[in-house]
This record gives sequence, structure tokens and C-alpha cells, in this order.
Amino acid sequence: MTTTAKQKVGWGTANTVAVVLAIVPVLWIVSLSFKDPATITDASFWPKKWTLENYRGIFKTSEFTHALINSIGIALIATFIAVVLASMAAYAVARLSFPGKGLLIGMSLLIAMFPAISLVTPLFNIERSLHLFDTWPALIIPYIAFGLPLGIYTLSAFFREIPWELEKAAKMDGATPYQAFTKVIAPLAAPGMFTTAILIFIFCWNDFLFAISLTSTTNARTVPAAIGFFTGSSQFTAPTGSISAAAVIITIPIIIFVLFFQRRIVAGLTSGAVKG
Amino acid sequence: MTIDAEKAAPTAPETRTEKTHRRTQLSEGARAERRLGWMLIAPAVIVMIAVTAYPIGYAIYLSLQRYDLRFPKQAKFVGLDNYTAVLSSPYWWHALWITLIITLISVAIELVLGMLLALLMHRTLFGRGTVRTAILVPYGIVTVVAAFSWQYAWTPSTGYLTALLGNGTSAPLTHTVQAIAIIILAEVWKTTPFMALLLMAGLALVPEDLQKAAKVDGATAWQRFVRITLPLMKPAILVALLFRTLDAFRIFDNIFVLTAGTNNTGSVSILGYDNLFTALNLGIGSAISILIFICVAIIAFFFIKGFGAAAPGSSGK
Amino acid sequence: MADIVLDQVTKRFPDGALAVDHIDLDVADGEFVILVGPSGCGKSTTLNMIAGLEDISDGELRIGGQVVNNKAPKDRDIAMVFQSYALYPHMTVRENMAFALKLAKTPQETIDKKVNDAARVLDLTQHLDRKPANLSGGQRQRVAMGRAIVRDPAAFLMDEPLSNLDAKLRVQMRTEVSRLQKRLGTTTVYVTHDQTEAMTLGDRVAVMRNGKIQQVGAPQELYGHPENLFVAGFIGSPAMNFMPGRLEDGKLRTRLGDVPLDDEIRRMLEGRDTGRDVILGIRPESFEDASLVPADARGRGITFRAMIDVVESMGSDVFVYFTFEGDNESVSSAELEELARDSGRADTGGTGDQVVARLDAATRVREGSEAELWADVRSIHVFDPASGENLTKTKATATADG
Ligand SMILES: Nc1ncnc2c1ncn2[C@@H]1O[C@H](COP(=O)(O)OP(=O)(O)O)[C@@H](O)[C@H]1O
Ligand SMILES: [Mg+2]
Repeated sequence: MTTTAKQKVGWGTANTVAVVLAIVPVLWIVSLSFKDPATITDASFWPKKWTLENYRGIFKTSEFTHALINSIGIALIATFIAVVLASMAAYAVARLSFPGKGLLIGMSLLIAMFPAISLVTPLFNIERSLHLFDTWPALIIPYIAFGLPLGIYTLSAFFREIPWELEKAAKMDGATPYQAFTKVIAPLAAPGMFTTAILIFIFCWNDFLFAISLTSTTNARTVPAAIGFFTGSSQFTAPTGSISAAAVIITIPIIIFVLFFQRRIVAGLTSGAVKG
Repeated sequence: MTIDAEKAAPTAPETRTEKTHRRTQLSEGARAERRLGWMLIAPAVIVMIAVTAYPIGYAIYLSLQRYDLRFPKQAKFVGLDNYTAVLSSPYWWHALWITLIITLISVAIELVLGMLLALLMHRTLFGRGTVRTAILVPYGIVTVVAAFSWQYAWTPSTGYLTALLGNGTSAPLTHTVQAIAIIILAEVWKTTPFMALLLMAGLALVPEDLQKAAKVDGATAWQRFVRITLPLMKPAILVALLFRTLDAFRIFDNIFVLTAGTNNTGSVSILGYDNLFTALNLGIGSAISILIFICVAIIAFFFIKGFGAAAPGSSGK
Repeated sequence: MADIVLDQVTKRFPDGALAVDHIDLDVADGEFVILVGPSGCGKSTTLNMIAGLEDISDGELRIGGQVVNNKAPKDRDIAMVFQSYALYPHMTVRENMAFALKLAKTPQETIDKKVNDAARVLDLTQHLDRKPANLSGGQRQRVAMGRAIVRDPAAFLMDEPLSNLDAKLRVQMRTEVSRLQKRLGTTTVYVTHDQTEAMTLGDRVAVMRNGKIQQVGAPQELYGHPENLFVAGFIGSPAMNFMPGRLEDGKLRTRLGDVPLDDEIRRMLEGRDTGRDVILGIRPESFEDASLVPADARGRGITFRAMIDVVESMGSDVFVYFTFEGDNESVSSAELEELARDSGRADTGGTGDQVVARLDAATRVREGSEAELWADVRSIHVFDPASGENLTKTKATATADG
């Protein structure tokens, strides 16, 4: 069958509509962040006059900088620990046979469906009594717990794809179990672990409910929580510009991931859910 | 010459006794494998239990107390009083109603749009990568950021959408029905891509040869979709629906930013949050937490019953 | 260089499955031995035990005179070629071949020399810096071979190394493997489920079934003197025809006609206490178009008429398929059923009612018409239906040689 010009136009239009719908709200917030306070209420889609004033504004006080550091630190630490723990568990699920495997898979599924709000109240009280409230671990611990099911599902799907005969081949080539792992299996598992890390990072980066419930000051408050409580630079101006600028900054890592690792994110999201 | 009966009879029981005998005493290798397996999953299991199972138990305990953070000294056991209070309050039922409406409508729209998007990504002649990259933007973006974008878009005199669709001065976010429509819009925009990706993975599992066979049999594109593609995708659709339904039921971020639950737009999660951090009532807040947990469990139960054998995790492939 | 001895070696998996059941096998230094059998019979498990990838549950394994039951694979000085090749996808061809030598801390010049030599032998020189993903199936297979030969090990183990290649390449690589083994003179154990491969490659062939070795011998010996029904049916293509027979009045009454028996055989058959029913085995090439058999030779066989169903001309010879009408009694035995289950062999006519005969290309036999055929009775095998044992193996030896 040859593709007719009509078909091309049809698919082209559909593609364009999908792409435009996906990115217009993002462009809008970018545009707002470049509008100066005087024209921010002009309701036009593009700024009439471009300015960096809003970006300068949010870095003037330490509130946003702190939040940014908290966001990055908490998300990185939680992601790292979750990926390590999930890799161990996923290796066991994919490679070993032991009783309790089904239970682990069921439990992960259960937690993936868990309503976070149900945990907020008890966690709030537990963390207060443990003096964890409003510290980094206050968020890191629940992030790990909620990142784990995602990680275990995605990684065990990835691990199942590794041709384990390679491990045998390495043993025949004279490798010790440790060498077989570091020189042969680890390099093959790395892409899967990296993909999983991106997915878990996006989850931590995105969280709002835990962030506003388990923190109260710049000690541990992350950016999503901070912009939820932003006030304008003065009492009389709406914080629209500041919020938009902050929003654009925390969107940058996401855009980078999406642009460079599109294939991997799609593979990671779909492998765990469909083949799991 | 029927010698196979004589031949098969003595061998079959022999192998069976072999097996039962073996099952009782595991070899050293198998035992070592068990131990390693348990050691490897232990840290993950401990963290997951510590952060979910234990707090839920604690929440049940709290929900049976009168516990107001402003008067912590007066905490005392009150039995099911908190539940009675919540269940007899119109706020709970209204929030549940709003949550169900948002869940139902947004998941329904997402399923249709997601399927269209999945077909688009699966079948489009060019630009597949571009479309995938573009739709990952809503998936990845921080919900709060997206919510602010929608809020400003619908803010009178600021937003391009009020300027475009309204008279520029109406404030849709202050009307219950319009605000809920906007909440659904924000939710659909953010999560349709996830749905689409799951459905696309399901589409990829439908063998291309079946499509060709149906084409040869004279099925139209629509018939092929309804008779071949959809039935074969059923497991993928159910998984996607389960994840999205439970996710939508927990809706919080979008409402918090768009309306903060004002004008009767609050979901059950917003209600729980308000009781904890505005009213500072741990007892009532915990009772709401447990009720939400029960709702989610009920929804999950019905989905998993619907799955039958197609439940995720049950197929070890 | 070393010999490999399996002494009552047994494998029992943790789930209780008895995969390898007390097998004995001696592989002499420099010998090329093939393990062949239907899939699931325990070939790979046996090979993995020799390699050290699976623990040996019972029995003793000796390589070069030393007991190696408890040695790690790396201490056994053995190289292995896998069915999937198991090439490291993140390493180039050169790195793949050098990996074992690097782990053994071999000096770099030695590594380079060995890899280059092996690459030259295997015609891989121009591909040394490519990744396995960019190679064709045949090239990948050669890299897997190369990875084994650079190490200059005491023995090669190969687990179905050619079964992922297409038919033509498989035949070509078969010759290559054989040449390479002769040239290096390294002890080799080669696993395959393909009896053609087994027959053409090895010095000796061991036929396995259900975790047990059925017979070990040179290919010609297995073909001419199978010890039991299973080996008879497994070796040879198209497979041996089986049909029921009955001992009556000192003769073997069969569908083909009465087969006269010499005294020795008759005494032996009549002396059994398992009854008078037997299974008859005739290889397709033991048949001939009766009109093409010289008159003086006719007496050594029996002539019969059959309705020809299908004629397949192969050029050099002709396969004809026929069934006996009005006779619904067929042979059955656990071993025959297993042979039929074994993939792809069910349709060769070896176990059904259909008989296949291989005739000279000069035959005039037509599809759908009756023909007069001749069967050489000297090469008829007679099996005990209960034990599967070949009752005529000594006689067959005598006549085939005489
Ligand atoms: N890890 C294992 N656990 C239990 N049984 C196994 C395992 N590996 C193989 N088996 C069983 O052992 C038998 C022999 O397998 P294998 O040696 O792979 O056969 P082959 O290579 O001849 O096809 C089969 O019945 C198989 O199911
Ligand atoms: Mg095998």
C-alpha cells in the first residue's frame, strides 16, 4: 500500500494537535514568567515586553534557593536509596526462587495503590514524636517507600530481559562471581537502573502532599510546597510572576529528561505495567 | 500390542515418590538461594512496612481517640465516635460525591483520549518520536506547576483562556460546576499521557498478522479495532484503568492549587488535609484517612475481581 | 588436553526432578563425542555438570584423571560454546575473545597474538572492533567459537552451538567445527538434538533418553546395530519403519509376509517368556522396487505388493509411502510414542501405520497404483515390545558384515 498525500496530511494534523495540546500550558507558564509585573494581567498569550525581573526576584530572598536545594537533595537521596533497595529486591524476584516472592509483589502493588492522604495524619504524628518532622528524612523515608513499588516493578521487568546465560559464560571464562557481576551483569543492568532512577526522581520531584504536610519551614520544604505558599514580593502584588518563574525552574530537569531519555522513560513506564 | 500400559504403570508412581521425598529435604543450594532471596528483599520490605502498614495501624488507633492537637492533654478513647461524626456529616458525603464525579469523568475522558493518542503513536506515519517526547511533558511536569498554569489561564484579566472563551471578566474558578470542569481538565491533561503509554504498550502486543488476517477477511478498520484490537488489549486496558482510577480518587494537588476546595469543590483528600492542618483534629483526620483507605480498597477489590487471571503479577512472563 | 570420565553421574534438581540418572561416559583425550537425544532428556544438564555450572548430586566426574566435582568452572580449564552464543553485548568482538585471557592476567602481547590468530582462523579479522549486535548469525557463532579456542583449554563443551543458524549455514558450520576440532585435537563434548548433526560430526555418539544413556558408539555402529527400539527410531532419516510381528510355526508372521528365521534366532525368540508378539524394524533403504532386484538376490528377501500413496522424488533416489489395507493393528510402545512426540519426527512415518521406503531412482512406481516391492530380510531388526531391546543385534552384526 502506498501512502497517499491525504493520509500524510491526516496524520500530520493529528500529530500537530497532540503536540500543541501537550505543550501549550507549559509555554503559557513560561510566557508568564517573562512578563513584567505591569503587564502580567494583560491576558495575552505572549509577553509584550520580555523581562528577567521575576527570576531575579525569586533568587533575591533565600526562601526559593533553600527550597531548590531541599528539592534536589531530598529527591536525589531518596532516588538513590530506592534504586539500590529496589535493585536488590528485583534481582531476587527475577532470578531466585524463594517462598514469599508473591507476597512481595502483592505488597508492592498494594502500596502503589495506597492513598497517600491516609498516611499523612499518622506519619505527621509519628515524625513529630521522633523529631523527624520538618527534616530531610521526614520526606526521604516516605519517598523511598513509595518509590520502591515502581522501582521493583520496572527493574524486575528489565532484569528478566538480561540474558543470564552471560553469567554462565563469564564463569566459564574464569570470572569469580564478583567479577561476573561487575564486568558483565552490572553494565547490562545499568540502563534499566538509570531509567528507574529517572522515574523515581520524577515521582519525588513531583510530590506535593507529603511536602506540605511533613515540613513547615525552609528546613526541608521543597519547591512544589514552597510555591504553594508563595506570597508576592510585596503584600499588594499577586505572586503570579514569582510562582511562574519558580515553576519554570523546576520544570527544566523534567524537560531535559524528556528530551534526552524519551525512549527509556517510555520503555520503563510500559515494561513494568504491562509485563509485570 | 498394548505394551505401553505395562510400561507406563511402574514408572509413574516411582517419580511421584521421588518428588514428595525431595520436597521435605531441600538441597543445600536451594536453601542458600532462599536465604539470599530473603536477605535481598528484606530492606525493601522493612521500609515499605514501616511507612505504610505501621502508620495505618497507628491511624486506626488514632481514629478511635478524641485527639485535638490544640488540647493534646484531653486525648481519650471514644470508640467509633469519630466515624459516626464523619459519616453523619454532610461534608464527608459531599466530598465523596465530588471525588467520585471527578474520578469517573476524568478517567472516562482519559480512556478515550488515551486510546486515540495510543493509536496515533502506534500508527502514525512519521513524527512518532516527537509525539512521544511531547506527551511525556505533561507526564513529567510537577502537578503543582501545571495546576498554576491552568489557574492563571482561567484567572479573570490575566488568563488567555478567559480572554479567549469568556468575556474576560468572568471567574469560572469561583463557580462550582465550572471549577470542577477545570479541575477535570487539569487532571485529564496531566494524566492522559500515562494512560496513552500503557495502552500503547498493550497495542504493541496485538500481533500485526492478526490485523492483516482480519483485513483479508474483509473487516473494516472499525471492525478490526472493536473485534480484534480491543479484546486482545483488555488486560492492558484494565491495568491502565485500575491505576488511573485509584490515582484520580486520591486527587489533591490540582484542587489545592486551583480552588483549595472552596465553593464546594473539595475532594476527600482535601477534607482529610483540612481536618488535620486547619482544624488540627487528629482523631477526625485519622477517621477520614481510614475511610479513604477503605474506599480505595473497595475500588481495587472490584477491579482485581474483574481482572481474573490477568492481574498484574499473576503472570510471571 | 585431557580425558573426561563420568562415573555414575547423577543430577537431581531441588524440585525433585531427576534430570540425569547415573550415567557412565568415557571421553578419551582428543576425542569428539556427541550427546544426542530429544529435548529435555538431560543433555544440557550433563554438559553443565561437566562445566561446573551445575552441582553434581551423585557420582564422580574426572577430568585428566582428577576428581573435579567440587571445583569451580574457572579451575577446570574448560571452554564452553552456548546455543545463544552468550556474547557480551557491551564488548567488541576483540574484547569478547580476550575476556577470559584478561581475567587470567595474561600479558597483553600474548592476548593480542592469540586473538589475532583465532580471528584469522575464523575469518573474523575485519570484524574485531565491532559489537556482537552488528554481526550476522554466522559471524556471532564464529565469535563464540573464537572465545573458546583462544584459551587453548583442556576441553571444549558445546551446547547446541549450531541450532540458531539457518539450515544452509548450519551445514556449512558443521564442517567448520569438525575441521577445527581435528586441527586442534582438543577433547570435545558436543550436545545436539539433531541426529544428522550427531551422525556427521562425532567420533562417537551417546544417545540419551530420560536422563539415561541408551547406547554409546561410532555413528555407523548405532545405525547398524541399535541396542533398542529408541536408538533404532532416533538414529537415521527417514526413521526406521516399525510394524507388528508374531512368531508362528518357526516363522515371523508380518504384514510383508512370512519372514524365515534361522535356527539361532528362532531359538532365542521362542525361549523368551514375554510372549510371541514382537516389533519389527526395517530401515527405508532396506526396501527396493522388486523389478530392480537381480533374480539371484531376490531370495535374500521377501517380495510383497503394496498400494503406493505418495511418491517423492529426490533425484538420486525415490521415497515412496504406503500403508497396508485392512489391517488396523498398529505397534505401540512408550519409546515409540516418545519418538513421535519429539518434534518434527512424527511425520516421517517411523511410528504410524505408514511405511516409507527408499527406492532406486530408476523405479517406475506410480502414486495411487499397486507396486511390487522387495525387502531385504537380513537387515530386519526384531525388538521386544516390553523392554524395547533389540533381539537381533548379534545376528544383524553377523549379516551386515558378511
Ligand atoms: N533448574 C532446573 N530445575 C528443575 N528442573 C530442571 C532444571 N533445569 C532443567 N530441568 C529439567 O531437567 C530435564 C533435562 O533438562 P535439559 O538438560 O535442559 O534437557 P536438554 O538439554 O536435553 O533439552 C528437563 O526435564 C528439565 O525440565
Ligand atoms: Mg538443552
